This record gives sequence, structure tokens and C-alpha cells, in this order.
Amino acid sequence: MKNTIMKNISKILLILFSILFLYGTSYASDDVNQKTHKILKPGFSFEGPFGVFDRSELRRGYQVYSEVCSSCHSIDQLSFRNLIQEGGPEFSEEETKRIASQYTISDRYDDYGELVERKRLLSDRFPSPFPNKKAAMFANNGSYPPDLSLIVKARTGGHNYIYSLLSGYEAIIPEGLEISDTLSYNPWYPGSAGIAMMQPLYDDLIEYSDGTPATIDQMAYDVTVFLSWVSEPELEARKKMGFVVIGFLIIFVFLMYLSTRRLWKEVH
Amino acid sequence: MNNDYEYVPKNSFTRWLDTRLPILRFTNEHILQFPTPKNLNYFWTFGFILTFFLITQIITGVILAMHYAPNSLLAFDSIEHIMRDVNYGWLIRYAHSNGSSMFFLAVYIHMFRGLYYGSYKEPREVLWILGCIIYFLMIVTAFMGYVLPWGQMSYWAATVIINLVGTLPIIGDSLTQLLLGGFAVDNPTLNRFFSLHYLIPFIIFGLVLLHIWSLHVPGNNNPTGVSVQGKQDTVAFHPYYTVKDFFAYVVFLLLFCYFIFYNPNALGHPDNYIEADPMLTPAHIVPEWYLLPFYAILRAVPDKLFGVLLMFGSIVVLFFLPWLDTMKVRSARYRPFYKMFFFIFVLDCLLLGYLGAQVPEGVYLLLSRVSTFYYFAFFILIMPALSRLERPNPMPIGISNPALEQNARLD
Repeated sequence: MKNTIMKNISKILLILFSILFLYGTSYASDDVNQKTHKILKPGFSFEGPFGVFDRSELRRGYQVYSEVCSSCHSIDQLSFRNLIQEGGPEFSEEETKRIASQYTISDRYDDYGELVERKRLLSDRFPSPFPNKKAAMFANNGSYPPDLSLIVKARTGGHNYIYSLLSGYEAIIPEGLEISDTLSYNPWYPGSAGIAMMQPLYDDLIEYSDGTPATIDQMAYDVTVFLSWVSEPELEARKKMGFVVIGFLIIFVFLMYLSTRRLWKEVH
Repeated sequence: MNNDYEYVPKNSFTRWLDTRLPILRFTNEHILQFPTPKNLNYFWTFGFILTFFLITQIITGVILAMHYAPNSLLAFDSIEHIMRDVNYGWLIRYAHSNGSSMFFLAVYIHMFRGLYYGSYKEPREVLWILGCIIYFLMIVTAFMGYVLPWGQMSYWAATVIINLVGTLPIIGDSLTQLLLGGFAVDNPTLNRFFSLHYLIPFIIFGLVLLHIWSLHVPGNNNPTGVSVQGKQDTVAFHPYYTVKDFFAYVVFLLLFCYFIFYNPNALGHPDNYIEADPMLTPAHIVPEWYLLPFYAILRAVPDKLFGVLLMFGSIVVLFFLPWLDTMKVRSARYRPFYKMFFFIFVLDCLLLGYLGAQVPEGVYLLLSRVSTFYYFAFFILIMPALSRLERPNPMPIGISNPALEQNARLD
């Protein structure tokens, strides 16, 4: 009985995993062939089943976003209160209120029917740099700078792709590639037409408040961590809950196995 | 099927209830005492697993619908509202999206099991056909559900599939109009897809009850394919199979939880995290993994209409299995040739799935043609031919009697 159970289960698991493997590789090969470079994998603290975000990386990443990226890119889905939440940069409430109040919003009318401008609160979303998509395209040579709320989940290669792209601009265009004046060359960007975003990061572009040297790699790394959190603010809670659930299930499945074996012992 | 057990109400209330609504008698006969062959292996646990997954999908779906906005301007953001603002919204949504993958994985194993052990053969034809209807409705539901997040893949997959429906003769145009509610995929499409995506699972639930009803008339098939001959061949469903099935369910749940908690987006496409844009077509439009084999069949032929007919035909052919395979011996255990062709068929389906994710050019196109041909040949040529030509190996006389009998017998 024991042997047949184990044999059956291992058979089923083998089938499951071979199916998953097959489809995993088929999806991966979908986009990779377009790229000229292999995606860089510098290693991030939030990878793996127990990975968590590094608070100082998140905070530095937020600084890069707000001082560099936010001039063109929105993060529509993020509210200021998210910055306080557990599993994020975990800024203090006063600090976050101060950040929010730097921006204004006009979302209600007074008794005379006039729009009232007010300071943003913790419950408000981050403001967009442009009033609408047309304005954003007009200011960027006809290209729309995508919203970054989900950028890490919305790109094949995820955070490694974002890091590779941001740190991988090359000034010298390889021979044979025609790239128009308004576009830049980045070997990680899919296709050969060039990328509309100009190289956004340069050494010492900003001054980190914690004194870390602001190299291109450091800034690209930090902002990738921040954007990963923006895409998946639930990541830490999810992994934590997963540990408890799967831990419970492993004990439970063992008990179920013993019960099944004992029950079936008497059947011939 | 022999009814050796008898439900006897124990107290005055159950005696009173039994003459008015014999629900306890029904439960007793169909769940607790139901005689089930004692030699079922773990491939038989997937029916139970599927029932649980249907319930999981319905519960998570109902909760998602409380927070989701079925409007093309709001849908994408309302999903992010669920993911970020609703308490444990990410858990419910990841359970629902990965739940559909697990549901299909389980249904494929369930169907291949039926195919291997000849569970579609007399007297279980209606059981098999109900299963095929359920499977078809699952595909429809999954396709409509995939459109609801209103991402790029949602939008373009809907566009591609509805265009295909339009190629059908006679009904094509009106069916397209009915699905679209306009000239292109837009808010009316999303509204009706949401409405139907909510409705069809309950139809599936009803069909599952019929599926179980039609199972309980002849009783379960079993790995030998030899019919149950008496009490010595069976055990009561409870506790024997409730415990065993639940054990298998928990094993499957581990895989499900791995995806929910540690790799929730592995089975989805990154493009679906970009809001639908009718002006921008993605580089490759691909369906979810569980529909890739059909996508490969569709693109294997140059003619659009022929491709559509082949794609629908690949499901329609399943309905005719009981009459394509007329071999009296059910289980592939005693059919060496059928067994071989069956395993080639399984590999063929996996290959079709792989090819569905590739661009149909060069060697991929050639391979998808060959594997599409084998898919149909297996049902239309190999099955009827083997029914006539194959000589089965000696089979056991009964489930509890391992003595072999030279002439295959069933009853």
C-alpha cells in the first residue's frame, strides 16, 4: 500500500512538474530571442521564498523616483499612505504627511461652484507629472512615458529587466543599427528601433540623503527595488502568509497520508 | 450496482423527515455508503479535487465581483484596487487567477485518465458527454474571465477569438454582433462577458451534479476496467475515498499555494498588467497556457475558416469517443497498442501546447501540422482501427480475483 501510494504520487508530481517546466520554457522563449543581451541578475534581497525588501534601498529608491523619474513617469496606483505601510519604505507618518502636503489637488467645489485647491493628504494618490496622456506625449516627442505602478510585473524579465535597462544605456551605437535622433540606444530594450527614454541616470545626478555614493548602478538598483515594491506592495505579507499556510499544509498532508495508509491497511 | 446497504432513520425526527424530504437517505446512499471499487488509484482523486476547485473559484469569484467594476474605464484600476486596498484582496485575486490554472491542470489529468482507462465506454457514455460539455463551458468561462482585467492580453485575445467566430458560415456575423455588442471589443463586450462569466459557473455546477448522478448509476470504472461483480469488489465511499481523495486534494493544494504565495504571476502574461489599448497591438498575442494546444491547431492551417473548424472540431470529436472506440476492453492496461498510441497522444498534446506559444513559422509550423494531424488521427483513424484489429492481453476475472482469463469479458 505504502509503495503504491508513493509511486502514484511521485508519478503525478512528475507529470505536473514536466508540464510546468514545458510551459515555463515555452513562455520564456517567447520574448528572449528579441534581445541582444542577456538580462543582468545582480541579486535582490526580496527574491526567494524568504526575501524581504531592504528599507534603506527602498528609501533611496523612492528618492531616485521622486527626484528623477517623477518628472515624466506617474505612479497612479500608489497612495501616500502606502509609504507608511508595513512591508514598504516605512516612512514615519509625519514625514509622509510632509511629503504629501508638497502636492496639491483640486477635487471639490465650494459653495460658489469654484474648484477648491487643497494640499494632498495621506489618503490621496501620487500626482501625475502631466495633466493627461496627450500632454505627456506632446512633451516627450510623441512617446508616452508609461505609468510605473505595475512596470515590474508588466515586463518580461521583471525587476532584472528594469535594472538592466536603467543601468545599460550605451553611448556607442553598434554598426548597422539605424537609430533616429530622438531615440536612444539601449541593448536591453526589445526591438532594434531604439528607446524613446533618454538615459535618465548619470553618476552623482542626485545626492543620497544617507550619504551613499550615487553611481548609475546604485541608483538603478535602488529605484528597481522601489518599483518592485510599488508593483507588489503585498510581497512581504504574501510570503509571510505563504510560509504559515504551506507549513501547516505540510504537517496536515503528512497526517492525511498516515490516516489514509492506516484506513486502507484493512482493505484487501 | 447492488444495494446491500439500507438507510435506517435513527430517531423520530429523521423518521419524520425521511417520509417528507429523504435528504439524509440520499446523502447516505450517494455519499457515505456509496459502493466504490476498492482498487481505484490516485488518478481517480481528480474528480473530488475538481469539485473543490469549482467551489473555490465560485467563492473567490463572488468576492471579487463585490469589488470589481465591469466598465472599460474602471475595470483595470478596480483590479488594482482589489490588489492594493481590499483586505487580503491580493490573496483572493491570486487564488482566483491561479485557481483557473489548477482547475484546468486537474481537468486535463481527469480527462486523460478517462481516456486511458476507457471510462467513456458503455455504460458511461452520458457521463463522458456531460464531462465534455462541462469542459467546453470551462473554456468559455475561462476565456471570458481572462478578458475582465482589461489588460492588453485580455483585450487582444478577445479581439482575435471574436474575429475567428466571425469566419463561421451562417451564424458567424450574428454571433460576432452578439458577443461584441458593437463594432469592436469595448465596454458592451466587457459587460456581457462579466455577466456570462458570473452565470456559466453555476450552469457548470448544475452539470457537475448531473455528471455525478450519471456516475452513480453504473458506478465508478476502475483501473482494470472490469465491472464490479459484488460486495467483495467495493468499499464504502466514506471513509475510504473521502479520506484518500482529501489527502490527494491537500497534495494538490500545496502546488496551488506555491503559485499563490511564491509565484503568483508565473502562469500569466506580463502584458496583462498593461491596461488595454485598442491602438497598440502586442508583439505576440497568446492565450493562457491551458488553451495553447487549441491555439496551435488553429494556426496550423493557412485557411482561417478551416483553422476555426479544426479548433472547434478538436473538442467536438471528444463527444464521439464512445462510438469511435468500440473495443469492449476498457482499460489500456490490457491493450498494448492502444497504450502506446495513448502515450504518444499525451506527448502530442503537450507538444501542441508548446507550439501554441511559438510563432507559427518554419519548423514550428511543420511540427504543429504534424501534431494536429496526429491529434485527429488518434481519434478518427487509430481508435476505430484498433477496435477491430487489436487483440487484448489476458485480463483478471474480477477486481478481487487476480486469476487471468484469456477471453476478454466485461460483465
